[in-house]
This record gives sequence, structure tokens and C-alpha cells, in this order.
Amino acid sequence: MRPTRGYRVFQAVNGFVLAGVVVVTLFPFVNIVARSFSGEHEIRSGQVTLWPKGFNLTTYQNVMSDPLFWINYRNTVVYTVVATAISLVLTTCYAYVLSKHRLRGRALLVGVAVFTMFFNGGLIPNYVLVSSLELRNTLWAIVLPNAINVFNLLVMKAFFESLPTELEEAAAVDGLGTYGILARIVLPLSKAVLATMLLFYAVQFWNSWFAGFLYMDRQELFPVTVYLRNLIAGATSGTDITASSETALQVAASIQAVTIVLTMLPIMLVYPFIQRYFVSGVMLGAVKG
Amino acid sequence: MTMTRTPQRVAEPPTTGLRPRRRTWGQALRRDWQLYSLAVLPLLFFLIFRYLPMIGNVIAFRRYEPGGDLLGEYWVGLRYFEMFLNDPTFWQVFANTVIIGGLTLLFCFPLPIVLALLLNEVRTRWLKGFVQTISYLPHFLSIVVIAGLIFQTLAVDGVVNQGLRALGQDPVAFMQDPAWFRTIYVSSEVWQTVGWGTILYLAALTTIDNDLYEQASIDGANRWRQTWHVTLPGIRPTMITLLILNIGTFLAVGFEKILLLYNPLTYSTGDVVATYLYRVGIVSGSFSYAAAIGLFESLIGLALVLGANTISRRTVGTSLW
Repeated sequence: MRPTRGYRVFQAVNGFVLAGVVVVTLFPFVNIVARSFSGEHEIRSGQVTLWPKGFNLTTYQNVMSDPLFWINYRNTVVYTVVATAISLVLTTCYAYVLSKHRLRGRALLVGVAVFTMFFNGGLIPNYVLVSSLELRNTLWAIVLPNAINVFNLLVMKAFFESLPTELEEAAAVDGLGTYGILARIVLPLSKAVLATMLLFYAVQFWNSWFAGFLYMDRQELFPVTVYLRNLIAGATSGTDITASSETALQVAASIQAVTIVLTMLPIMLVYPFIQRYFVSGVMLGAVKG
Repeated sequence: MTMTRTPQRVAEPPTTGLRPRRRTWGQALRRDWQLYSLAVLPLLFFLIFRYLPMIGNVIAFRRYEPGGDLLGEYWVGLRYFEMFLNDPTFWQVFANTVIIGGLTLLFCFPLPIVLALLLNEVRTRWLKGFVQTISYLPHFLSIVVIAGLIFQTLAVDGVVNQGLRALGQDPVAFMQDPAWFRTIYVSSEVWQTVGWGTILYLAALTTIDNDLYEQASIDGANRWRQTWHVTLPGIRPTMITLLILNIGTFLAVGFEKILLLYNPLTYSTGDVVATYLYRVGIVSGSFSYAAAIGLFESLIGLALVLGANTISRRTVGTSLW
């Protein structure tokens, strides 16, 4: 079919619109990088748009020489590694159980998980629970309350269901128990979905801030996202009662820019490699559970 | 030892509608105890960190004191509910929630569909992939980073004000101005979610049978009419599913983002139920009062999902379950 004139016009307009989407999406990133390399005076006088003005690296040196920044950055790494490992194990175990259609009570086990997608206890009961379990100011306040993400669970369940049952049956005939089948047959076949889940959880925990903000009282326990949050809050709402007093001072725009760039850097570096896993994971999860 | 105990936990409630071959619970446990044992820790997680807080909501009906009994000291009936229903601030934040939630639904639901349709018309594969890759990007960042970008972009010395100055306008203190809060919230939400929202639609679009397009064009339908009569009906189940989900989370408007973006100057337009109950509960320590507000909010959310799902099943035959 030969494209009509109208269709060619549409294609051109479409190209412009999509180019606009790309520019609008990227603009804030380019701008923040430019600001992070610029001098404070040039930023304050509104000269920085897409290219650094008054180029310097001193702000990077200043932020990176702040011991608290490093402690919080390291906390984020530790929290992410521990939380991801625990979440991955628990999600894999439960997803595997849920994928066994012959299992008595399976529908109930699925229901227990899925119901929590639509109803949750709410902020206050969760806070009271975590506090009374004495998890405050420990790593566990970040790890345990979010140990299983039900969406991820359904993605994994869908993947396990897609595996050929004959393999497992053959292994069972050869005398392997459930643990053996899971460890020696299923998991080796599931490297792709395990890697995807690893990324899902790692990105989720790397980006999280609220649990750290809510349950950590001491600065040296914060994840770097809370460090960044306090910088922003300190600079914009001096009356915020939750901001600690030393951040209530005006924080230089360049310091904020540098901290933003450093906080998002790891994600930006791995983004090109992880993006397609996320896309396939979302599509797998969209298959009804 | 956990292995012998677990099965009983699973065994408690009787299930209906079982699979073909019926086994008694005793047989099922003997046969599948290893499988059930794998479910123990995850079930403990759900019971402690998901279902216990649901029960914990009884403090909305009981007087709770920090450090005291987890489930409160004594019954006070509906006192806390009466309190918030008579609280003018509650009604203001409720109105803010409905407005912000409504605007978010109005823009964040249809725009991914539009973007998906536009992307679907791109015939150059690498170009399509490139636009998708870029538009997904904001989805991967921490909400704190997003808030930081918003503050920097809209700062008095930020790029938006540079633009205004270039046009001869006075700079605007966007983040301190209640009149701007909703615009900033909703447009940043669109910026953040529109690309990611296209994934499922693009997947649904690839499943539409090409013959339908050929038949439509033989019948004389131009590109626009093909979109209207073939493409849109083709992605309708996806649209409805996502609409139900969006309606269900309608009142749970981005709590974390608002908490990061708002300040006392913008409370009048930006403060929503979730942020209000955060301040009442966590900051001021009125746990029972805040729990009552939270329970009210969750129940409305649940009613919205169930309602939307039922209406959709009765009218168009698509539902989540």
C-alpha cells in the first residue's frame, strides 16, 4: 500500500512529537549535570542551562570529602545487598510453591499474597509494629517490611509455570525430592528470571528512602537518599520540623546538584543494560496470575 | 521441626473449588511437605508485616499510647472517626486528595495510550527503540532524585525561570506558591510515568492480527479509521485493566512525592490525606487518630477497586479477577 499524502504529513508530525518527548525527558538530566560542574555564582545568577558555566570540580571534592555522605552511601550499598538477597530467596521459594497447580491449598496461598496488593494496614499500624518489634535503627526495619514484592512474586510464578513439567517429573522419578528439583533442575533453568528479579529488588532498595527516613533516628544510619532528601528539605523549607537543624541552613545549589548526580549515577550507569529486563519482566507480570 | 508444624498452619481454613484429583489434607501434607515447608518463611512475612498491621488498625477504635499495648489500652468506639469527620483540616486535605487524584487519573491514564499509538506508527525500528529507552528512564530513579530535579529545574535560578526572564517576565517562586503545586505535581508525574506506562499497550498492540488491518483497508478505511476501529478495540482489555488499577489507587496519590515536594506554604493545595495522617500520627504522635484516618482511606481505596472491577465485569466483561 502506498502511503497517502496525509499519512506522510502525519509521520512528520509524529516525528516532531516524539523528538519533543525525548528532549523534555532528557532536559532535566543534562541541566543537573551542567549545574553540578558549574560555579555557585553562575548558578545563582541563572546562567546555567545545558552547559557548565564557571567549570569547576571543587563541589564534587567537597561533597565527596563529607564523611557523612560516604557513610550514607555505604549504608545504601549494604542495605541494598542484604535486602535484595533476602527478598530474592523468599520470593523464589514462595513463587515456586505457587507455581505447583496440583498443590492442595494453592488458591489460598495465592490469595494471601494477592489480597495485600489491594489492601494494606496503612502507615500507622506498620510504624507501630516496626517500633514495637524493636527494629528501629536497625537494618531490619528496611529489609523485613518489604521482603516480598507481590508483583515480583507473580512475575516469578508465571515464569516457573512456563517451565516444562516433564523435566521435574523425570527428576522426581530419578529420586530427587522437592528441594533437589528446585536446586538442581529449576534454578539452573531460571537464571534469566533470577537475574531480572535481582535487578528489580536491587533498584527498588537502592532507590528507597522512606523506610530509612521513618525508622532511622541517627544520621550515620541513613541511606544516601535520606542524605539527599535532607539537603533538599534544608534548602527549601527551613520550617520543616522533621529536617535536622544543621540541614535547615541554606544549602548551595551546586552541592544539591552534585549530590543528585552522585545518587543517581549507579542507576544511570547500569540503566542501558537493565532496561530490557525490566520491560520483559513487566510483560511477564501482566500475564494474569 | 518447622516442617511438621507448617502444614497445620496451611491446613486450617478449608478451601473450595479444588483441582481435579482430590486428596485429603493428610495425604497432601505427607506428599508435599517439602513444598509447604518452602512457604513457611514467606507466609510468616505476610502474616507479620501485612496482616498484623491490618489487625493493628483496631487502634483506630482503641486508645493507643506509644510504648503501651500494641493493640491499644481500651475501647473508645468511633470517637476518632467522629473527630476527623468534624475536623475542617481533614475535609480540606480530602478535597485536595480528590482533586490531585482526579487530575492524575485524567492525565496519567490516557497519555501513555497516546504515546503508545504514536510509537506504534514509527516504522524505523532503532528509532522506536531509542525513543522508548529514553522515555522509560525517569521510572528508574529514586523519588528523592526526581524531587531534587524538580526543585532544581523550578528554582528561582532554574531553567524555567531563565526562560521566563528571557520572555521579560518576573521569576516565579514555584515551590512556594500554592497556586502552582498541583500543576507541578501532575506534570512531573506525567514526565515520570508516561514512557513506562506505554509498555503494556505496546505489547498489546503487537498481538493485533495484521489481517484485520488489511481487511479494513480493503473496505476503504484510512489510517485514522483503522486506528479507531481496529487498534483501539484491540487494546481495550489492557486499557480497562489499567483503568481499574488506576481507579483503585486513585486516593493513594503519591504520598512520598508530596511529602518531598510540599512545605507549609503549599499545604493549602498540596496537603493530602496521606501526608496529613503522617503529620498527625508520626510527627505529632496521635497514633489512634491517624490510624482512623488511614483505615478510612484504605477502605475507600478497596471499595473503589472492587466497584470498578464489578462495573467493568458487568458492562464490558473484562475484570481483574
